[in-house]
Amino acid sequence: MITAEGYRKLIWKAKIRWLIGNIIVYSIVCIPLVPIILMYGWLIAQAFSGVCISSLIPQKLTLKNFYFLTGPIYWGGTPLYKSYWPLVRNTLLLALGTTGLVVAITSLAGYAISRFEFKGRDPLLKSVVVVHSIPGVLFLIALMYILNTIGLYGKGFLTLLSVIIIKAGLESPMYTWMLKGFFDSVPWELEWAALVDGCSRFTAWRKVVMPLIFPGIAAVSIFAFLSGWGEYLLVLTYITDRKWYTLSLALSELTYQFKHVDYGMLAAFSLLYLLPAMIFFLLTQKYLMTMRIVAYKG
Amino acid sequence: MSKKFSNLLRGYVAKPKVSISTGALGGLKSFLKEKSRTFFVIAFLTPFLAALTIMYGLPCALSVLMSFTDMGLSFELHFLNPLLKNYYTIFHVADPRVPVVAQTTILYVGCTLLINAGFSLVLGVLTAYCIRNENVASVLRLLWFLPRMTPVIIYALLWLWFTDPTYGPLSIVSSWIGLKGVRWLLDKPYSQLVMIAVNGYIGASWGMVIYVSSIKTIPLEIIYAAKADGATDWDVIRRIILPLLKWPILFVTSWQTLSLIGSYTEILAIWDGYSYTSGVEVWSLFTYHTAFEGYRFGYSAALAIVMATIALILVAIYFKVFGFKRMLEPSRIEV
Repeated sequence: MITAEGYRKLIWKAKIRWLIGNIIVYSIVCIPLVPIILMYGWLIAQAFSGVCISSLIPQKLTLKNFYFLTGPIYWGGTPLYKSYWPLVRNTLLLALGTTGLVVAITSLAGYAISRFEFKGRDPLLKSVVVVHSIPGVLFLIALMYILNTIGLYGKGFLTLLSVIIIKAGLESPMYTWMLKGFFDSVPWELEWAALVDGCSRFTAWRKVVMPLIFPGIAAVSIFAFLSGWGEYLLVLTYITDRKWYTLSLALSELTYQFKHVDYGMLAAFSLLYLLPAMIFFLLTQKYLMTMRIVAYKG
Repeated sequence: MSKKFSNLLRGYVAKPKVSISTGALGGLKSFLKEKSRTFFVIAFLTPFLAALTIMYGLPCALSVLMSFTDMGLSFELHFLNPLLKNYYTIFHVADPRVPVVAQTTILYVGCTLLINAGFSLVLGVLTAYCIRNENVASVLRLLWFLPRMTPVIIYALLWLWFTDPTYGPLSIVSSWIGLKGVRWLLDKPYSQLVMIAVNGYIGASWGMVIYVSSIKTIPLEIIYAAKADGATDWDVIRRIILPLLKWPILFVTSWQTLSLIGSYTEILAIWDGYSYTSGVEVWSLFTYHTAFEGYRFGYSAALAIVMATIALILVAIYFKVFGFKRMLEPSRIEV
């Protein structure tokens, strides 16, 4: 027979246990997040601060860190970059170009692989896994030789164009794999009905299947765009003409020159560079869970 | 979407166009149909196959060739005598940096794997099961996702500030606990810790997503039944969730091993120029530096081939362990 007192004690025990459990759970998830929150908070605070800060409280509020929007960026008297906007244009070109190419390649191939039985289908799928296991630096070296041989290394716009094609080509296998999963989830009967009613295969693909896998296309576009927007290695390795530098390359050069000295400008630059990616990402994060294979990186 | 689609379908159902073919004409028709199907498959696959051949196939073959040469900035394919000289340099340790780099790589892959496959499991279970408020859980997951979605150069800048000897919080906090004057990016054991953390923050979210989506597919009835029988949360995690996550755990561990072997961009972006002396020069980065700073393309191709061979052996093992079906979801086949 439980008395009222004993009952109250039991409830208290359960409550304390629940509280301790929650504290443990939240501290495991949240404490490692502290550096991350500090870093991103600092980025915002520093962008509007007149001096270098080591906390999240902005000091000497100013907008002068954003001077590069209207004028050249100087390093010791010589202008490093005459204007900010060509960098944005090049980065956008790279990101959008990659996205377009990737979507075109993967939506065709994903459908064919998902729907048709043909010789070499299984080896093809296996090869996607296999080529992705090979470290990327190997391709970088060999592609350097190829670019140099066909005369596309250090050729300004043409080099940027080849970087777009290389990036799209390197990324399309894994996106194809991802999109194939989306095509698999569309019931075959829908297409079959369209075909019986006289659609051609192509019309069935374009009018019936493609609208249904819009979430998949959206997810692929987001990842391709974000990855093109942030691309660093390919640009660093192949693009030599300053006119066709992207934001990532410019920021890496500026970081090298200005770190420990002028974190304000670097933070302002990064903030503007980060913003489009973050907006894009936040608007579309519901597709996050679809990225099973795609986020194959470090 | 589905409403739009059913309208579309209705439009077609209204005017059926079914042709009945017989005899020789029918044979011809089905032959043509077969041809058009083949044509269709080829047309749809061509861009993909072109990408696969030009971006993956050709470079692989070329690297093997290049690894037998002493190709430098002149980009000429002069075959070495002995042909395998580059490989002798690597395996007979004629290059004193190779063992150092190999050690760093093992340390890097091993330790980061603990975060990317182990800690991400903790994160996945906690945010999918223990934190019941779905909004809070998804905000936390988003925060964990930030580093992955950030352009790598910005991420590098954030770490440069975080470890800055004058302004960085890490240096300030570490001076409180008696590590005054430690240069976190340059002094050896500390720089390696930073290297592991840098990549751990990026890798943790990938495993987390996979674990979360696997946990979400566990039927709730099982968990309810266990709860009704008096199981605590800890029991549910230990006896239900973890056993069911066996394959996802294996999958994440194996893929992360591969991707860690090949990853070096963050290290390159943060330790540009002093990675070797700071003890963070991993094999991939060493290969990159040999090629694009030392301009020894032949030797670097050999270094890359060694690494690729290790990766391919691992993949072969994974195919054996997982089976092809488990690595790719079952696919719909035309009948």
